[in-house]
Amino acid sequence: MGEMEQLRKEAESLKDDITAARKAVQDLTLQDHVAGTAVVGRVQLKTRKTLRGHLAKIYAMHWGTDSKLCVSASQDGKLIVWDSYSTNKVHAIPLKSSWVMTCSYAPSGNMVACGGLDNMCSIYNLKAKDGNVKVMRELAAHTGYLSCCRFLSDSEIITSSGDCTCLLWDIETGTEKTVFAGHLGDCMSLGVAPDFNTFISGACDFTAKLWDIRDGQCRQTFGGHESDINAIGFFPNGNAVITGSDDASCKLYDLRSDQELITFQDSSIMCGVTSLAPSLSGRLLLAGYDDFNCNIWDTLKAERVGVLSGHDNRVSCIGVTPDGMACCTGSWDSFLKIWN
Amino acid sequence: MTIRNVRDHGQRYRPRMACLKKVETVVLEMQDPKTGVKSQTQRLVITTIPHAITGEDIVAWIANRLKIDASEAQAMGTMMVAFGYIYPLQDHKRLIIKPDTSLYRFQTPYFWPAQQWPVEDTDYAIYLAKRNIRKKGMLELYEQEEYNNLYKWMNHKWDFIVMQAKEQYRAGKERKKPDRVVFDCQERAYWVVHRPPPGTVSAMDHGLDRMVDPNLEEKKTPDYYRRIIMFTQQCIMRPRVKSSVSIGALVKYTATYKEHDPFLNSCLPSNPWLTDDITYWNLNMPNVETPTKMRVERWTFSFGELLADPRGRDDFRLFLKKEFSGENLAFWEGCEDLKWGAAETMKEKAQQIYKTFLARGAPRWINIDGKTMDITVKGLAHPHRYVLDAAQTHIYMLMKKDSYGRYLKSPVFKETQKKAAAPDAHRFSETQLEQNSKRRRPSLSPITLKQQEEEQKAKLAASGPVDITQVMSKLEKKQRK
Repeated sequence: MGEMEQLRKEAESLKDDITAARKAVQDLTLQDHVAGTAVVGRVQLKTRKTLRGHLAKIYAMHWGTDSKLCVSASQDGKLIVWDSYSTNKVHAIPLKSSWVMTCSYAPSGNMVACGGLDNMCSIYNLKAKDGNVKVMRELAAHTGYLSCCRFLSDSEIITSSGDCTCLLWDIETGTEKTVFAGHLGDCMSLGVAPDFNTFISGACDFTAKLWDIRDGQCRQTFGGHESDINAIGFFPNGNAVITGSDDASCKLYDLRSDQELITFQDSSIMCGVTSLAPSLSGRLLLAGYDDFNCNIWDTLKAERVGVLSGHDNRVSCIGVTPDGMACCTGSWDSFLKIWN
Repeated sequence: MTIRNVRDHGQRYRPRMACLKKVETVVLEMQDPKTGVKSQTQRLVITTIPHAITGEDIVAWIANRLKIDASEAQAMGTMMVAFGYIYPLQDHKRLIIKPDTSLYRFQTPYFWPAQQWPVEDTDYAIYLAKRNIRKKGMLELYEQEEYNNLYKWMNHKWDFIVMQAKEQYRAGKERKKPDRVVFDCQERAYWVVHRPPPGTVSAMDHGLDRMVDPNLEEKKTPDYYRRIIMFTQQCIMRPRVKSSVSIGALVKYTATYKEHDPFLNSCLPSNPWLTDDITYWNLNMPNVETPTKMRVERWTFSFGELLADPRGRDDFRLFLKKEFSGENLAFWEGCEDLKWGAAETMKEKAQQIYKTFLARGAPRWINIDGKTMDITVKGLAHPHRYVLDAAQTHIYMLMKKDSYGRYLKSPVFKETQKKAAAPDAHRFSETQLEQNSKRRRPSLSPITLKQQEEEQKAKLAASGPVDITQVMSKLEKKQRK
């Protein structure tokens, strides 16, 4: 008992130390800095294309690096690669397990990955000579559902799982290289930094963690949310992190000064955030909610500057193209909409 | 074997429905006799039902209280109906708010969605049986199907169910008519929410369950504390920057890129998503001959931007060749290839890079300090993906601090800037826009584009290295003009 009491006291004092260290560098808040900046004017985006074809809830979507192709995963057991500009389906890949929860497009465009309640990450090769898309690898080591996956290159992929860990895999050998353990709740989403050296994960223990890909260490932990973190993303310059949670708020954390900068919330918004994506400049934050809408926030002033409404069920995923020209929302009503 | 009751979504505490508590606070405010929604009595043949409220009153009250516009207030009202806090008296199967004189009532707290007991199938069976007793053939088709299913798999306790149903029916008859009507409405509304008719969107559908049970308090073992201590220590050791500096950088980033953000500014000549004209994309292909002015401007934002853009990198490579320091960029590209390439070829690649750039007397020897060279050479004995990291960072910083600045002032860059395309904005008429949308063609797959690129690269490599003297004399001739 004595040992546990000592450990508890040490943990408490360290927590106080970190709070003090964070306070020490806080010589300015974001609100003070932008007090003179005007709010961005009302942003009105309209649906430009609707991608129809899925037969059940869409759980995830991801843009390819060419900003025209995107992949979406739905619980009807299909992974569809869309040419969003012409609304054609480039590939319709049938999945072994229909309980898919995430999908990802490789930066090279050669592969797509997906996973879900089967606890595995399946990698599909799109470059097959005969045009037939086949499973290239099945990465199985997680003991919980796969909530998110992101490619680093054609040979490495990072996955997050309901078993509270994230894994870095070597795709060629199909084995796990590094385990990122530390979360106390299901890891729900992850985001890779623009320089591919670090990644962030958000979990059901209400915290977000920054991990170093090389040595597997947790570099920072950010708290402050009152409920599960469902969505996470990097600010475009890679020095800040945005999280979205079931407590209906999004928070912006600064990595270099280790601070929580601002919270995006409103008393009229009660439904949880399911997904988020920043615009190219980072000035706008698009977040999808359980109340069937997406809200557009001014990142610096934390004010709502627009709404995307048009879905008939919860918005489950959102993504902004790498060139910043359009955003795509996927919903449980089985449609994907492209907005601009 | 642990049997998880699939239907019980942890109703003791609905983890994924943290919004319910917030909705409840608003609903309670709405019921306040003084400041809440105005209620009236509704006549139903001979009986009157008190406390009925109209849809338009609800929407107006929400819009006023939460300071939102009418359409958002209507959406919020629909959410409250979908959760079951308010139920419609007419058209009871459609759980939406109609902003007119349609009547609604507040649901009794007993039937609120976040109560302490799960929505059991047994209760549903009793409810359906009770309605069957009251009047045979009163069940809808989907309810009839459910009833038959429940009869099948709950057969072992069917006597109990029928007994309960009869008891509840008898107790109901003893109530006064107005109370009985109200209770029946409430109960019916409750089951529409929790056993929705087929084809409707159910607000109770919160998706897949989490693995970690939020009700379970983690046992505070020594291990738990050791973990916290480890993570906190790692966090404390991390260097911190003054928040004014990093916030300043963030704000500057958004300001710098604001002009380039298609959501905030229009793109020239026109945004393909709006006009169905792909000129913009054609002008901005990865390896286009003449880049646009906006693209060239982005190269001046940071060294990372210049390297990330293939056309920018080409321009920079040309400049470095002139300065006879092209080996730096070549080395950097070799390191990137090693980091992200296939694992099988890693050893050979590492060896190749050593021979070309690092060994004594190497043909393209790069200039790095003695310590870094030592670490790198030692690491190459057991090569792995990140073995050249230290050397790569050194060369990157060298290029960034030295060559990048000079590149931006060089004739090569100025030439590119001058030649950069600045297209005029398109002005399409309605008919032209329609034609554009008909002429939409599918995009080239990135795999095909990559193949084309590789073929081009192979052709260039075969045609021999760029003759520096030729390039320089061409530039000089142009300058003289």
